[in-house]
Amino acid sequence: MSSLLNVNGISVSFDGFKAINDLSFEIGENELRAIIGPNGAGKSTFMDIVTGKTRPDAGDVVWGEKNLSLIKKSESDIARLGIGRKFQRPTVFEDQTVEDNLMMALRNDRTPFAVLFYTFSNDDKQKVVELAESIGLSEEIGRTAGELSHGQKQWLEIGMLLAQEPRLLLVDEPAAGMTKQERNKTVELLKEMAKHHAVVVVEHDMEFIRDLDCKVTVLHEGSVLAEGSLEQVIENQDVIDVYLGR
Amino acid sequence: MQDAVLTKFLLRHPSVLVFLGMLAVFTIAVTILSEGFGMGIVSTSLVKTLGKTLCLALAAIAMDLVWGYCGILSLGHFAFFGLGGYMIGMWLMYARTELIVLKANAASALPLTPQELSDAVGVQIFGVVGGSEFPVIWAFSDSLLLQLLLVVLVPGILALVFGWLAFRSRVTGVYLSILTQAMTLALALYLFQNDSGLRGNNGLSGLQNLPGLEETSQADVSLWFFWGSAFALGFCYVIAKLIVESKLGNVIRAIRDDESRVRFLGYNVEGYKLFVFVITALMAAIAGAIYYPQAGIINPAELAPIASIYLAVWVAIGGRGRLYGAVIGAIFVSLLSSFFTGGQIPNIPLGFYTIQWVDWWLVLLGLSFVLATLYAPKGLGGLVDKFKKA
Repeated sequence: MSSLLNVNGISVSFDGFKAINDLSFEIGENELRAIIGPNGAGKSTFMDIVTGKTRPDAGDVVWGEKNLSLIKKSESDIARLGIGRKFQRPTVFEDQTVEDNLMMALRNDRTPFAVLFYTFSNDDKQKVVELAESIGLSEEIGRTAGELSHGQKQWLEIGMLLAQEPRLLLVDEPAAGMTKQERNKTVELLKEMAKHHAVVVVEHDMEFIRDLDCKVTVLHEGSVLAEGSLEQVIENQDVIDVYLGR
Repeated sequence: MQDAVLTKFLLRHPSVLVFLGMLAVFTIAVTILSEGFGMGIVSTSLVKTLGKTLCLALAAIAMDLVWGYCGILSLGHFAFFGLGGYMIGMWLMYARTELIVLKANAASALPLTPQELSDAVGVQIFGVVGGSEFPVIWAFSDSLLLQLLLVVLVPGILALVFGWLAFRSRVTGVYLSILTQAMTLALALYLFQNDSGLRGNNGLSGLQNLPGLEETSQADVSLWFFWGSAFALGFCYVIAKLIVESKLGNVIRAIRDDESRVRFLGYNVEGYKLFVFVITALMAAIAGAIYYPQAGIINPAELAPIASIYLAVWVAIGGRGRLYGAVIGAIFVSLLSSFFTGGQIPNIPLGFYTIQWVDWWLVLLGLSFVLATLYAPKGLGGLVDKFKKA
């Protein structure tokens, strides 16, 4: 499998604290991957670097077949290249309808003038309806996003990610604050997504990782501690020492 | 095709028709009642006040677009308003002074050479600040067309450069407000200087007199500008409505609510902010260019930061993010303000203290701003919502 995203030896420190320390990471096309690690292991910082929010002090992030470096690119450029990000707390535009949220996320020209003269075509309407269906929000399409339940907001955000038609999805703690039922549905959604996209899931919840049934990367103090199937990593002595043993 | 789009737009947003209809009825009513038209119930000075108020409403629409929709609390939009006024004022003042000088010399045997004419006009205009030379910035002041272009170019380019620098550096929130206020203050202080080339604190005056139309009465001129103000307000309202109802409207509201999320959707947030900042600066500049010929005078005090803060107060009291709220706020507050400060309300003697409305009006305004923010975040426009629901 050729790699889609290649992170080579990145480091970043904030006020002397090394948040990421010589971290290397690779993910292939249509791969599902879970990242676990204790608090402060650098999971969120890792995502910040890949999506362009934080610039690393050293190392490189290489994307796609053309081996494009993402280091100097802005958040919006990286998003348009095909990396979507889902935040820990659901961030949808609460003031606007589910339909408008999805419509804005659709993969279309994003320059201001094109957006000003954009017409919501039947094709795009159809796409929005299908997306709403896939995330189970068909009934809610005309409602204001702020009225949705916590779980529904999480799914709407996933729907918006899918609307962007990214090749890689970075998902930060998707199951946080969800009920058991909502969590099961989210697992299904992520597995379904991984059929056509590469998906990286950052999660604390071991149960959830087990259900995802995929390759796991364990982060500790800003670098990779272990990598492999869940069974392999939980038997790894290093992992037990720093994370699971306590 | 274009017509069909517009018709569909109007059908989908009947509020636009309501707004334009009310504006048209108001304009016609004032015209019929005015001195210029004949009835004389509405005095010429009142026509001017109403015309100016419409210009302020237009500036408030711009403010609502940039603050209420895009979340940029700019405290500099009145600077763009003032710059628009200065640009048109330069032509008005130059052209009229030139005519006066020519008239004064009509009797002399030798016609003035261009140099003599320029010097004579220069003395007339810049005598008050002890000069007679035309500064470079007056290079186009003899051409109405070029000065009209400058009405949009000068504020537009200032907004573009300032906005580009500020947004690119990701300055947001209260820091951006302070930065825009600093820009306004710097501009006002610069204009206060005698060698700024714009007559220092004297400003530009006599703007109510249109060059070559000395014979036309102010009653007529006031009506022309009143119509111009109404047209500009209606036109820009439709433009603003088209913007906020388009997908761009969705995007800028999203930027207001969660800027970084919009970035991760792949939108270049800085470009959108710059677009809205410049468009609204242009609207404010056009409003200013129609306002000051009705006011008759413009001086640097007009650009003082407090004016831009008033703009924000109007929009807050009228209700943010609904366009017509800004119009209501601007009209309501500015008319009330001229009512209170114009000596129409008798002062209240309390024996030990006299309540002078000129001073106390500001306290009242400040209080209503605080109350509106605390108890009616939707402003006066919120009342319309209640009316709609009922």
